[in-house]
Amino acid sequence: MQRIINFILRYRNAFLYVFFAFIALVMTIRSHSYHQSKFFNSSRWVTGSIYGAGSDMSSYFNLQEENKRLVEENKQLRKMLFNTQYDSIEPLDSTLAIYQVLDAKLIKNSFTSPRNYVLIDKGEEDGVHQDMGVITTEGILGIVENVSNSFATVQSVLNTKSNINAKIQGTEYFGSLIWDTKDYTVVQLVDIPRLVPLVVGDTIVTGGMSSIFPENVPIGTIKKYDLNDAKSFYNIDVQLFSDMANIKNVYLIQNKDKEEIEELESRTIE
Amino acid sequence: MNNTLVINILRFVLLVITQVLIFNNLNFLGFINPFVYVVFFYWYPIKGNRAIFMLTAFLLGLVIDIFSDTLALNALASVTIAYARPAIMRFCFGVNYDFQSFSFKNTTKVQRITFLALLVLLHHLIFFSFEILSIAHILLILKKVFATGVVTLILCVLFSSLFSPKSE
Repeated sequence: MQRIINFILRYRNAFLYVFFAFIALVMTIRSHSYHQSKFFNSSRWVTGSIYGAGSDMSSYFNLQEENKRLVEENKQLRKMLFNTQYDSIEPLDSTLAIYQVLDAKLIKNSFTSPRNYVLIDKGEEDGVHQDMGVITTEGILGIVENVSNSFATVQSVLNTKSNINAKIQGTEYFGSLIWDTKDYTVVQLVDIPRLVPLVVGDTIVTGGMSSIFPENVPIGTIKKYDLNDAKSFYNIDVQLFSDMANIKNVYLIQNKDKEEIEELESRTIE
Repeated sequence: MNNTLVINILRFVLLVITQVLIFNNLNFLGFINPFVYVVFFYWYPIKGNRAIFMLTAFLLGLVIDIFSDTLALNALASVTIAYARPAIMRFCFGVNYDFQSFSFKNTTKVQRITFLALLVLLHHLIFFSFEILSIAHILLILKKVFATGVVTLILCVLFSSLFSPKSE
């Protein structure tokens, strides 16, 4: 017994190292396969507030460019409004609309690691929930993963765990959008069957198969595709519309029918 | 004693803030985000309790992980270099580094930079291997370790000569 205790005391630092390394490894491997940890993420109050303060300072440097982008978007929306065919514009009944839109600002961006999460300045108090879709003024950004009182983390499309339903505009052929971590301007679209005719430059939009994003939100254009003779599915590189390195204003989309759809689906699977 | 404690706590907080607010957003050449907080392990007093040193290293890594949503990658790398530091010091400064009279003033610049470089190399190897976690991407891992490591080392040398501790 004495010898065992002596042995442990002699190598106490090694034991301590193994203990800490074990905790860290378990956390690391969990974060590879599961969702982000509920408690340790940057949407918490302390981390969120520090990022918020930092973002308050740095956002002044991009104000002009950001304003230009918002004006550009407004111009497009106005053009659409003026060209609609309706004679009389009926007041929109907000209880009938399926999709609700919230606005938010990005306070921490990230696009260089294999699993990127960004932080936004709206949380539960503002009506943000898990699994809401997030889009930028140009294209999609990701899906809300964790929410605290006044902040939320968003799993970016630039994340190896991300898997978003997408299709080729104008057709109903759909596949999954994934990321191979190589280039932050390019994501991959897989599971498009080989009989589909493709052209470089075709637009890729979100599909209607998931209840997170509405149908036809622009994602990007086909940059290149390859089709191995042995394979029955395309491997498509998609050039993103959003400049992931330069985002400030984002919109959150909530589908009011989501709960109903999910409940129905879970009942069907049972 | 008390003075060292205050200095180390201050270093801890300041390094975390500099790391997450400045160096995590650097994106130099598109992907280089140096981990300057490694300089903490260079500054940490040599004659401290090793158990407390490893606990501090774990906490420092974990705090940075929570900020950057890379859960426990930094913690793992930090604890490892904290554990390996005595061995690295023995390698760089010879066997008599743990004598009472030892201080960084008696060492040459080359020895100190080697020490820092080994800390950075070990930290980055562990961080990027576990971040990517795939042997198929070994070239990508090496590229990231090398590129980020060089930038981290340059910044750490700058930091250590700018804010060199007068006592100790």
